[in-house]
Amino acid sequence: MLLRTVLHLAAFLVLPPLVLGVVNRTKSVFAGRVGPPLLQPYYDLAKLLRKGAVYSRTTTWVFRAGPVVGLAAVAAAGLLLSMGGAPAALSFAGDFILFAYLLGLARFATALAALDTGSAFEGMGAAREVTFASLAEPALFLCLLVLARATGTLSISGMLGAGLPGAWGSAAPALLLAAISLFVIALAENSRIPVDDPNTHLELTMIHEVMVLDHGGPDLAFILYGAALKLFLFGAILSRLVLGRGDGALASEALFFLGVALFAILVGVVESVMARLRIVRVPQLLVGASVLSVFALVLLLR
Amino acid sequence: MSSFVDLVFILVVVIDLFLLASSRLGASIRNVAIQGALLASLPLLLAGEGHHLGHAVLLAGGALAIKGFLIPWLMFRAIREASIRREMEPIVGFVPSMVLGGVGVALAFAFSSRLPLPDPGTHAFLVPTALSTVWAGLLLVVTRKKAVSQVLGFLVLENGVYVFGLLLSDVMPVMVEAGVLLDLFAAVFVMGIVMFHINREFSSLDTEKLSALKD
Amino acid sequence: MLFVIAVPLALAAVALLVPSNRRRPLVLLAGALLHAAGVAALFASPPPARPGAWLAFDPLAKVTLLTTTALFVAAAIYAQGYLARRDDRDNRVFVGGLLFLLATMTTVALSHHLGMSWVAIEATTLGSAPLIYFNHNARSLEAAWKYLLICSLGIALALLGTFFLALSGAAPGGPRSLLLEDLIRAGPMLSRPWVRAAFVFLLVGYGTKMGLAPLHSWKPDAYGEAPGLLGALLAGGLTNFAFLSIVRVFQVTRAAGDEAFARDALVGLGLLSIALAAVFVVGQRDFKRMLAYSSVEHMGILALGVGLGGAAAGGAFFHSMNNGLTKGVLFLSAGNIHRAFGSKTTDDVRGAARRLPISGPLFLAGFLAVTGSPPFSPFFSEFAILNGAFGEGRFLVGGLFLALLAVIFVGMATTVLAVVQGDPGNAPRVPNSGDSWLTAAPPFALMLLVLLLGLFLPKSLAELFGAAAQLVGGRWE
Repeated sequence: MLLRTVLHLAAFLVLPPLVLGVVNRTKSVFAGRVGPPLLQPYYDLAKLLRKGAVYSRTTTWVFRAGPVVGLAAVAAAGLLLSMGGAPAALSFAGDFILFAYLLGLARFATALAALDTGSAFEGMGAAREVTFASLAEPALFLCLLVLARATGTLSISGMLGAGLPGAWGSAAPALLLAAISLFVIALAENSRIPVDDPNTHLELTMIHEVMVLDHGGPDLAFILYGAALKLFLFGAILSRLVLGRGDGALASEALFFLGVALFAILVGVVESVMARLRIVRVPQLLVGASVLSVFALVLLLR
Repeated sequence: MSSFVDLVFILVVVIDLFLLASSRLGASIRNVAIQGALLASLPLLLAGEGHHLGHAVLLAGGALAIKGFLIPWLMFRAIREASIRREMEPIVGFVPSMVLGGVGVALAFAFSSRLPLPDPGTHAFLVPTALSTVWAGLLLVVTRKKAVSQVLGFLVLENGVYVFGLLLSDVMPVMVEAGVLLDLFAAVFVMGIVMFHINREFSSLDTEKLSALKD
Repeated sequence: MLFVIAVPLALAAVALLVPSNRRRPLVLLAGALLHAAGVAALFASPPPARPGAWLAFDPLAKVTLLTTTALFVAAAIYAQGYLARRDDRDNRVFVGGLLFLLATMTTVALSHHLGMSWVAIEATTLGSAPLIYFNHNARSLEAAWKYLLICSLGIALALLGTFFLALSGAAPGGPRSLLLEDLIRAGPMLSRPWVRAAFVFLLVGYGTKMGLAPLHSWKPDAYGEAPGLLGALLAGGLTNFAFLSIVRVFQVTRAAGDEAFARDALVGLGLLSIALAAVFVVGQRDFKRMLAYSSVEHMGILALGVGLGGAAAGGAFFHSMNNGLTKGVLFLSAGNIHRAFGSKTTDDVRGAARRLPISGPLFLAGFLAVTGSPPFSPFFSEFAILNGAFGEGRFLVGGLFLALLAVIFVGMATTVLAVVQGDPGNAPRVPNSGDSWLTAAPPFALMLLVLLLGLFLPKSLAELFGAAAQLVGGRWE
């Protein structure tokens, strides 16, 4: 049991840049290119860690603390995550609230660091990002509530644990709707198309990118790594939610990692097939996800 | 089998919510057509033993032909004539209408369990789906500005009423059901003709332009 | 009975096929006369009541068919003159549509299967909407669209109500049918919540068609922009059939034991309609829209009468006949005035009595009749309803009714007198649009009928109203 938890934590720390690599590779394949190697994000991180950073004179300690706090918060959230059906390293009733708010803390730190630069451009990016987050967070809570109601527990380990296959038997439509909603939220929280374009170079179309524009060197490495961890977190939840069968430990683990890989490929496909939504339409998308979750909840509450 | 019927009902409600959120007319017409086709399959899925299978097949076939093909065809012709592809911001914005629709769905599911149904074997989702769809159709008719969207709302309303009619497959004679379907087709036909004239007269299908008559 | 439905339907098809614009109105006349003959035959030898029959000739059908047939014959004669003058427009759809309307309206009257009634009423909406667009201008198009959409919406809700009604009887051991007799017979067995829900939806749905407030918003536009001929048939005929459908549902609701709620709803909506009409009639410059609001008022009076019950119910059925005939007079003469002046607002129209020596005074007489002045028949029917109200002890309702009637009288008077009196002077004049035999005789004949009914009500008619009132728990005094 302990071994399994340690292995999970190790996977959580090591695998996320590979997930990012899979996403980028998928997009390249769709575009007809060969694309970067799957391990490219690791090389990028290594390169960035070796570099030095330049700090503007207008920034304060907040700017330096932002990336560190962000990474720490996301890593801490990973402690609460149950992978492959096994309980998480840390779990208690109501820990999904802590989970959501750790992610919120990470975003808060990033936004604060952006505001600390004193530049109008970063402020605009922070405002947009936080607006979308304020719509995505209720949706996330509603999805987690659906999971809680379906499995009858208030802890992430319980929701994604052994009770899940049984819940699918009795509440399949609700869980399906929650999964779809969760996928939309994942795209929003990780600043993927159709909410935000991670590859854009045009300043007016940047939302998340704006906030990280001023960071360099190790700070940028922390931010990139934190983003990869966050993507892995959502992938893990979705993978377990959708593919959560598997009776034996080995089978469920294998399915789990396969699911994360599939999630990465799906994100890549969505990014390649769709264009980014107009900014005024993003609230519609997020409210739509919330309404779907509400509908799923209603189905469970009858 | 029962979970498949569950899925059909849920899909109908999800389509309702999509329609409330969507501003693309072509996609909306397609969605209404899919909803109609799904509903057409329901008499066959719900026909238990003792209910007339022939009646169910007739109804399903007629509904599929009219709701799934003929009416969407008429609507596509209407938007092609008028060369419009998008709805403008409705009177109640897209986000509020989606929220209102969601609230309606929640209330429908909450209250349907209180209604006494004559046949205890009725599917649990049938009445809530019917009521949610009626509510969504009503919202669409009342809040949208383009004439085509209003007609789509009317169609969705009729879809909701149709779902309700499935409860009564042995009480309602075939002639009446056929009459209802024919009426629906005729209604959309006449609406299409009037829309054609509106487009010719006003060069647009924006019903805000139809505001000359008032007290 | 099928004769009276099938003949207009067949002639509608014939009208669509006749190529000549000038001869087509004759088909309309033929249809009207044949229909009248059929109705007379039905009165002469009423068909026996058969259990399980979908068509039946009950007192409600008798009252409405009498009114409609008289109205339609008058309208058909008027149409000969009107359509001859409007040979600029192709009247194929118009004539065919009118005959189709007659057939479907008759179906509604005779149908005892509530599902079939629904199909017929929806058909009337679909048949009449294109006719509103006869003038082919932007305003009538807007009116036609609003009419089509709002009425279709209402009728879709009425379908839901019909399903609720079927559901109320669908329990095992229940009637499991939508035939009126079956539902009434099974009254107490019907599931009360479903019957109540059904009544609400059917009241809203058919009330939209009838033009009760607050579902009346299509009326001023539709009646304002439709040709006078169509306005007469819609206001005098079609609304009566919507009223009839509501009364049939009310019968079932009574049988199921939910009478008090239904009565309150009817009285409430009735008063609301009269009040709303009063508000909008005052200062109304377009006299056709004024007539539309008058129609809203009278629909409110009908609902009030049936809702109050007792002697008021008999008055309500008498009133449905009076209102139908009087609206015929009003719309036909208003149509003539509109034609003669080329305008329908008091800005342009004045001195109609001088320029149209028959239609002008007829418009004035019609106004006097419709607002309840003796010796015309609406006075007696409104008096009966008022009497019934006070007789039941509903003094507040009766008082409100009286006050609103007074307001409406004053409001309409300002418009009508402005239109009729005075010197036409240099008001716009349309050539070749004076009173002719064909356009003036029908409204004149209808007015005579209204006067006669007021002065002398035949006993057979009084018995008919009594029989109809008994169906809703009232009586005729």
